[in-house]
Amino acid sequence: MTDGAGPGENTMADGSEPAASTGPGGFTREELHALLADMLLYRRFEEKAEEAYAIGKIGGFCHLHIGQEGLAAGSIKPLRDDDLVITAYREHTQAIAKGISPGAVMAELYGRVGGCSGGRGGSMHLFDTTLGFWGGHGIVGGQIPLGAGLAWAVKYRGGDQICLCFMGDAAVNQGAFLEALNMSAIWHLPVIYVVENNGYGMGTAFSRVSATEMEARSGACGIPAHTVNGQDVVETHRFFEELAERVRAGAGPQFVNAVTYRFRGHSMSDPVSGTYRSKEEVDSHVEAQDPIKILRDRLMDAGLLTQEELEALDAEARALSDEAAEFADASPLPDPSTLYDHVYAEINPHGRLFLDGREHGSGGARDGGRGASGSPAGGAHG
Amino acid sequence: MAELTYREALNAAMCQEMDRDDSVFLMGEEVAEYDGAYKVSRGMLERYGDRRVVDSPISELGFTGLCVGAAMAGLRPICEFMTFNFSILALDQVINSAAKMLYMTNGQVPVPIVFRGPTGAALQLSAQHSQACETYYVHAPGVKLVTPATPADAKGLLAAAIRDDDPVAVMEGELLYNVRGEVPDGEYVIPLGVADRKRSGDDVSIVTHGKMVHVALQAATALAREEIEADVLDLRSIRPLDVDAILESVARTNRVVYLEEGWPFAGVGAQIVALIQDEAFDDLDAPVVRVTQADVPMPYAKNLEQLAKPGVNAVVDACKRVLYL
Ligand SMILES: Cc1ncc(C[n+]2csc(CCOP(=O)(O)OP(=O)(O)O)c2C)c(N)n1
Ligand SMILES: [Mg+2]
Repeated sequence: MTDGAGPGENTMADGSEPAASTGPGGFTREELHALLADMLLYRRFEEKAEEAYAIGKIGGFCHLHIGQEGLAAGSIKPLRDDDLVITAYREHTQAIAKGISPGAVMAELYGRVGGCSGGRGGSMHLFDTTLGFWGGHGIVGGQIPLGAGLAWAVKYRGGDQICLCFMGDAAVNQGAFLEALNMSAIWHLPVIYVVENNGYGMGTAFSRVSATEMEARSGACGIPAHTVNGQDVVETHRFFEELAERVRAGAGPQFVNAVTYRFRGHSMSDPVSGTYRSKEEVDSHVEAQDPIKILRDRLMDAGLLTQEELEALDAEARALSDEAAEFADASPLPDPSTLYDHVYAEINPHGRLFLDGREHGSGGARDGGRGASGSPAGGAHG
Repeated sequence: MAELTYREALNAAMCQEMDRDDSVFLMGEEVAEYDGAYKVSRGMLERYGDRRVVDSPISELGFTGLCVGAAMAGLRPICEFMTFNFSILALDQVINSAAKMLYMTNGQVPVPIVFRGPTGAALQLSAQHSQACETYYVHAPGVKLVTPATPADAKGLLAAAIRDDDPVAVMEGELLYNVRGEVPDGEYVIPLGVADRKRSGDDVSIVTHGKMVHVALQAATALAREEIEADVLDLRSIRPLDVDAILESVARTNRVVYLEEGWPFAGVGAQIVALIQDEAFDDLDAPVVRVTQADVPMPYAKNLEQLAKPGVNAVVDACKRVLYL
C-alpha cells in the first residue's frame, strides 16, 4: 500500500514476516498484544461514549472513531512522548493514544471538571499539552496551519520533536491546507500531515468534490506523498516509525494518505448508512476492513493469540471504559464561578475586558469581580 | 526624548522587544527583504536575520494560523498584515483559534501573539482597501485591541502588546506612519487599558481612538475659536477599555460625541454609547452622538470619499448638537 520510495516499502503488506521476527511486522508477541489491547480500548471506549450519548450524558456534536482505530494506534504509538499531535474533532481515541487517560477524555465528553479541558472544550476540543496533545479543532482544516506553527516553534528553538497533524479527507479542499503545506515546504518544517481518508466528509464522497486524487494533493508543494493502509495497524505502525525518524532527521514535511473507513455515522445524529453510502458498502468494510479483526485473525493464525487471551484483553478494555465512565460520572460539573476564567491569560490592571455588564462572577463586573485567588477574571475593573 | 515618526516608533518597539526576548519574531508579507510594505520593519532583517524576520507568502489565513500555532507553543509572534483589510482572510485563525484557544483548553494554551498593521482608510484606495476593522477584532472575547494615535503611543502600546500574554491587535494607520512626535528613549511601555486625554476641556467630550484623534483635535481647535472647550479622550485601548476615564469625562462635560473611522452598525461607538447610557445616564445632558464613516463601502471618487469619511466639520456639528447650539 505504500509508494515505492516510501519508508513503508519493507513492511508486511504482503503478509510475509522477516525471518528474525517473532510476529507480524517483526513485533514481539507482547508488542502485538499491546497494539490489540490499544485498539480494543479505543473501540470499547467509543461504544461506551455512544451509550452515554444515547442516555443524554454527552451532548452536542460527538464524532466516533470506530473503524479507524488502527490509524490512531499505528501512527501515534510510534511517536516520542515529547512529539506533538494536533488534529480535528474525531479525536477521542487519538487523545488516548497520546497518553490522556480514558477517564479524562470521557469526563470531557461529559462536560465535567475532571475532563482534560476542564469541561470547557467537549468532544471536539480535547487537549493535554503536557502530553503533547494539542487538540481537538472543530473548523475543518483550521488545525493545519496551527500544526505548521507547532512545527515552526520546534524548528525555531532547534528542537528535534516532530508534529503529526491529522485531518479528514474533506479538509484537503480547504485553502488553509494548501497554504500550510506550501509554508511547511519552503521552511522545511518537521511535520507529517496525515489524512484520515475515510472516503467521506459527512455525506459527500471525496471523489465527488475533488478534482484530483488524494495522493496528488501535496505534489503542488513538492511534499512527498505516501499511502498507507490504516486498517492494518502493523503496517501503519512500522510505516510511521520510520517516517517519524526520517522527519526527525531532517527530511522535511511529509504527506500521508491513510486509507481507512468510518463504521458509524458522521456524528451521533447521522445513520450509519443512508443516502450517501449503502448498507452493503458499510457491511463489507465492517466485515473485511475492521482493524481489530484483521490483527486478531493474523495473530490467531500465527499462533500468537488464543481465544482466552483475546477475551481477557477485551474484558480489560471494557473494564477501562466502564471505569472511564464512572470517573466521568463522579466528576463534578464546572463551578459556575469559573465562567469567566481563562478568557484572557493576563488580566490587565487597567481597563475593563468584559463588557457584558453582568454582576456575578466576573472581573468585568462593575463591582470589580469576585476576586477569587488565581482567577484571571479578578481585578479586570480598572 | 527623540523626535521620531510613528513608523520609526513602531520599529523601535519591535527592536526593543526582540532585543530582550528571543521568542519574539516578525512574520508577514514583505517584512524582511523589502523592509515592510510601509517600511515599518526597515533594517530588521539585517539586524535579526531571517530566522526572526520572515517574509511570508501571500497566505493570510495560512501564515496567521502558523503564527497562532507558534504562539500556542510559547513563541511570541508579531504577525504583520500589510493592512487589516487583508486580515479578513485570516479571521478564522484570529477568532476561532487565537481568541478561543485559552478558554477551550481550560487555560492550558495561552496565545501570546500580536496582530499588527494599518486599519482604516488612506487616500482614494477605494472600497476593498479602506475599512476600519476594529469591530471584527473586539467583538470576540479573548482578543485585545490597541489603536495608537501618536509616535509615543505607538512605541509604548506595541511594546505592551508584545509583552501581553493574550492575542493583541495593534491597529495603526497608513496616514499616521509619517506623523512625527516626541518619543521617550530607552525602554518604554504603556499599559493596556489606559486612555489618554489629548486635550482638556469642560464643555463637551470627544471620545475617540486611533487616527481619528487627530480629527478630534482639529475639531477641538475649531470649537475653541467659538469658545467651546472640548475634552479629547483618546481611548488608546479598546479592549481592555478605560471605562473610568470615559465616565470621568462624561461626569465633567455631561455631553459626549463618539468619533470613529469605521461604520456605525455595531461599531466601537455603539458599545461606548451603550456603556454610557448604562453607567452614566444621569450625567448626560444630551443624547450621545456618534460620528462615523457613512454607512457605505468606501467610494473612490475624491469628493465622494471625502463625504463618506468622518471629518472635522461633522465633529464640530455633532459637538454643537449635544450642546444644543
Ligand atoms: C469550515 C467548516 N465547514 C463545515 C464544517 C461542518 N463539518 C463538520 S465535519 C465535516 C466533514 C469533514 O469531513 P472530513 O474532513 O473528511 O473528516 P471526517 O468527519 O470524515 O473525519 C463538515 C462539513 C466545519 N466544521 N467546518
Ligand atoms: Mg472523511
